[in-house]
Amino acid sequence: MRARNLSRITCREKWNMSKNHPGLLHHFDDPEQQLDASQSGMWIFLATEVMFFGGMFIGYTVYREGYFEVFAHASNHLNVWLGSINTAVLICSSLSMALAVHSAQSGHRRQLLVFLVLTMLLGTVFLGIKFTEYYHKYEEHLIPGLDFAFKEGNPGHAAIFFSFYFAMTGVHALHMVIGLGLLAYLAVKTTRGRFSPLYYTPVEMVGLYWHFVDIVWIFLFPLLYLVGRHL
Amino acid sequence: MNLGFPLFPEQASTMASRVDALYFVLIGVSVFFATLICLTIIVFAFRYRRRSELERPPEISGDLRLEILWSVIPLGFTLIVFVWGAKLYFETYSPPRNSLEIHVVAKQWMWKAQHPEGRSEIDELHLPAGRAIKLLLTSQDVIHDFYVPAFRIKTDVLPGRYMTVSFEPSKVGAYRLLCAEYCGTQHSGMLGRIVVLSPAEYQTWLSSGPAESTVAATGARLFQSQGCVACHADKDTERGPALADLYGKQVRLQDGKVIVADENYIRESIVNPQAKIVAGYRPIMPTFKGIVSEEGILQIISYLKSLDRPEGAQVEK
Amino acid sequence: MNDAVPERRLHYLNVSYGVKSWLCTTDHKRIAWLYLLSITFFFFIGGMAATLLRLELLTPQGDLVQAETYNKLFTMHGVMMIFFFLIPSIPAVLGNFLIPMMIGARDLAFPRLNLASWYLYIIGGLLAIGAAVAGGVDTGWTFYTPYSSIYSNTHVTLTVCGIFINGFSSILTGLNFIVTIHKMRAPGMTWFRLPLFVWSHYATSIIFILGTPVVAIALALVALERVFRLGIFDPELGGDPVLFQHLFWFYSHPAVYIMILPGMGVISEVIACFSRKRVFGYSFVAFSSLAIAVLGFLVWGHHMFVSGQSIYAGMIFSLLSMMVAIPSAIKVFNWTATLYRGSIALDAPMLYALGFIGLFTIGGLTGIFLATLAIDVQVHDTYFVVAHFHYIMVGGAVMAYLGGIHFWWPKMTGRLYPEGWARLAAVTIFLGFNLTFFPQFVLGYLGMPRRYHAYPPEFQVLNVMSSAGASILAVGYLLPLIYLIWSLRYGAVAGMNPWKATGLEWQTPSPPPTDNFEVTPTVTREAYDYARPEPQSDYVPGEVEHV
Repeated sequence: MRARNLSRITCREKWNMSKNHPGLLHHFDDPEQQLDASQSGMWIFLATEVMFFGGMFIGYTVYREGYFEVFAHASNHLNVWLGSINTAVLICSSLSMALAVHSAQSGHRRQLLVFLVLTMLLGTVFLGIKFTEYYHKYEEHLIPGLDFAFKEGNPGHAAIFFSFYFAMTGVHALHMVIGLGLLAYLAVKTTRGRFSPLYYTPVEMVGLYWHFVDIVWIFLFPLLYLVGRHL
Repeated sequence: MNLGFPLFPEQASTMASRVDALYFVLIGVSVFFATLICLTIIVFAFRYRRRSELERPPEISGDLRLEILWSVIPLGFTLIVFVWGAKLYFETYSPPRNSLEIHVVAKQWMWKAQHPEGRSEIDELHLPAGRAIKLLLTSQDVIHDFYVPAFRIKTDVLPGRYMTVSFEPSKVGAYRLLCAEYCGTQHSGMLGRIVVLSPAEYQTWLSSGPAESTVAATGARLFQSQGCVACHADKDTERGPALADLYGKQVRLQDGKVIVADENYIRESIVNPQAKIVAGYRPIMPTFKGIVSEEGILQIISYLKSLDRPEGAQVEK
Repeated sequence: MNDAVPERRLHYLNVSYGVKSWLCTTDHKRIAWLYLLSITFFFFIGGMAATLLRLELLTPQGDLVQAETYNKLFTMHGVMMIFFFLIPSIPAVLGNFLIPMMIGARDLAFPRLNLASWYLYIIGGLLAIGAAVAGGVDTGWTFYTPYSSIYSNTHVTLTVCGIFINGFSSILTGLNFIVTIHKMRAPGMTWFRLPLFVWSHYATSIIFILGTPVVAIALALVALERVFRLGIFDPELGGDPVLFQHLFWFYSHPAVYIMILPGMGVISEVIACFSRKRVFGYSFVAFSSLAIAVLGFLVWGHHMFVSGQSIYAGMIFSLLSMMVAIPSAIKVFNWTATLYRGSIALDAPMLYALGFIGLFTIGGLTGIFLATLAIDVQVHDTYFVVAHFHYIMVGGAVMAYLGGIHFWWPKMTGRLYPEGWARLAAVTIFLGFNLTFFPQFVLGYLGMPRRYHAYPPEFQVLNVMSSAGASILAVGYLLPLIYLIWSLRYGAVAGMNPWKATGLEWQTPSPPPTDNFEVTPTVTREAYDYARPEPQSDYVPGEVEHV
């Protein structure tokens, strides 16, 4: 049970406090409680995201176990170079995001803006490479439902592989796009001086989200791109 | 008690009375506990009704012994019921060796059946009483469900896969077959009639239909006409393995896995031949999906089963 | 506080007027009302579908509506009732309204997220209704593949999108509750002083956040399969339609615990208050809620005993399903024991609560039948299952919801409902309910499958009984709609605590001010501190310092 000697403050006092503590919402007793709540909320949300992606990972695992050969052949059609570059891009974007949070923490507003924009740039590069890959698949007739053609094994099973590929990377890309939107929002708020060492919770929360999206990719990449590859 | 309408299904299989016994025990215990709770509530609500605003109930928080008692007793009861139900369930999935095997293909919205002697039926199934029956079922489209309340049997019928259900009809008569998995517009119209005859009458019925080849013979003809024999001859060739003695055996696949050749494996090999390649062979078998019907695949499987040499080791599925 | 002249005192209802003040509110109490009105709307849509179904089932032939229409009606009934009525009902209405008050907080942790939850719910609901208006969907609320992903040519994708979006409403509500209960309890409000209503919502919220995302992805994959012709569940491509069932039931089984756990929380509050006693075995009831939430995730395969799932998996699921029944039994015994030597008043909330215990017991016991493998073979996908879950959902959850609405009505509105009419409605609902659904147990074992538009004639008499009961049930539901609205204007003015209940929510005026408490209370007593020996008052409210 946290120490709560602030229990007897009235609404009026809270209003006064919020003037000194930027961002303090009126239903919280103090900024620590608010930050604590925000962090808990974001971690719980990420838990739900794990369950969300988890469903697709389970489905993928079931079929990979059943159709290993075909999945290996299909996976070889994915461009492991582009995938690796994308992995590096995302890891760097996580680095720039972490640096952004650090800048907010230490009150360096310009640095914060730079790192936010850098993260957005890297995210955009990721998406650009991703859509280039999608376009290649379109040209190679490897999009299920669109003139799908596969020679090295059962085309139905290969279609299942590519269904999962597009569903999983597609949902991941959607999360990236949402992340870019959130970063843009943070950038705008930064230019308006919203964040300071006393209050930078949204930056930290988006940081958690961004790292999570990065981690999902770290799992997706070997699972989809590196099936049956030998170095 | 004749009300003019039934309250309980007929018992027309050897399993029915056994399932009903468990059902009645469950009803008995449920009535006991439900009555206990409801009566207790009514008695307490009356006996302890508020007579004055000044009355003060005693401060009771709980009683560990009671908590243990009413946790352990229900747990014990449910475990007994679990074991009983699991045993019965397990038995229905262990068909006896000499079962009469009948193929059933479901499609929106009808049931098609074929006896091993070759006779086919639609929306009807004639069976001999007193004989163990094993149905091998598949669907041509969506998931259906083969349900005969009088036999106490039910199984989903899936596309792309075989299900089996086994039972022994015990009473001559006609019983309803109903589809019990929602399958589209005419789901409630997908009814059938199971006609159980005495063994003698069943033989009469079998021979009274148009002269047909047995399922295995039809399968043999398909095996020839579809060109299977070109690669699957009496002995292994470099194109494909021989298939005599295949059913029920262990097969080593290309990736090292060992599986048992059951109906599902044979069907898959016909429609998706690249899925499981036998070790030492090339993936050159073409698919027969759309070329051979579900009934045809079942006939080919019956043919392959008939090739089993008696001295070969049989692995029961 | 001064409760003699409610009209002049500012509270959450009159602090501002206008549509914008309601549609842009972040006050958890106003959001609760937004939900109350919308779930009532969806309840009546689902109810109209049910009316048509029961009318059709009066005769064995399909003569009222066409088969396709019937199939769309039962799908609509299931989708509306489950996703847009039952799942939100108690948590989004009573949970939203009461949880902050019960723990001594001014609002939930994330009030704006709370409003967003409501908008997501509305958008989802409108999409589902849109699908109905555009021609309907006929897959059943369970959307089994390959029928839903390939064969049905109705508005599957649109409906699935509505349910998907609504799922996020649930997830955010659950998230909000968990963080609120962890982080915003008033000083002195330790975990074991929390009302059992809060415990049950905490357990429910765990299921919200862990289960809902999985059904979201299952349904999304069905939609993707339809739109982009992917082949994940398509047996033609080597896909497995049973995989869908696993993904679907992994959520949808815990979902039924989402629907019943909050109701159990209401029952605990009502039984304690109207017996003037502590809930017997408080910690056992609290831990049972958590046990139900956890075990509930391990039993989904009991919907699939005949689906082609391995028989050994079936045995494990059967065993676990037996075990999940035990915590519910523990609760029933504890509630009944609470009545012992109590001082019992049979006001409408208590009638609903006592009815709940009886009907939930029957529903729960029939769950054992379904968990028993050999019996389930006979009754799976028959009216036995329909009867079982309606006993729990309607005899249980809906009765608990109505009981809770009546119990907290004075707090929410500052008015008392007319007790005579309320008791009449409770009894009517109880009787109508039993006549509707008990015959369905018999129908199920007899062999009448679910989702049948026309049926063999030997099933008619039982069906007529069921439809007759449904008409009585309908009357029972209409009564509260009328007299509750009537009471808003003409009901007697309620004081701060007309039931003399413990609980922090009863220590604020009725209706409460926007911030709930002028001063954050300090809690010094346990929950349900009834049965005090003092002559002036047999209970002590949750906190010592009065406002």
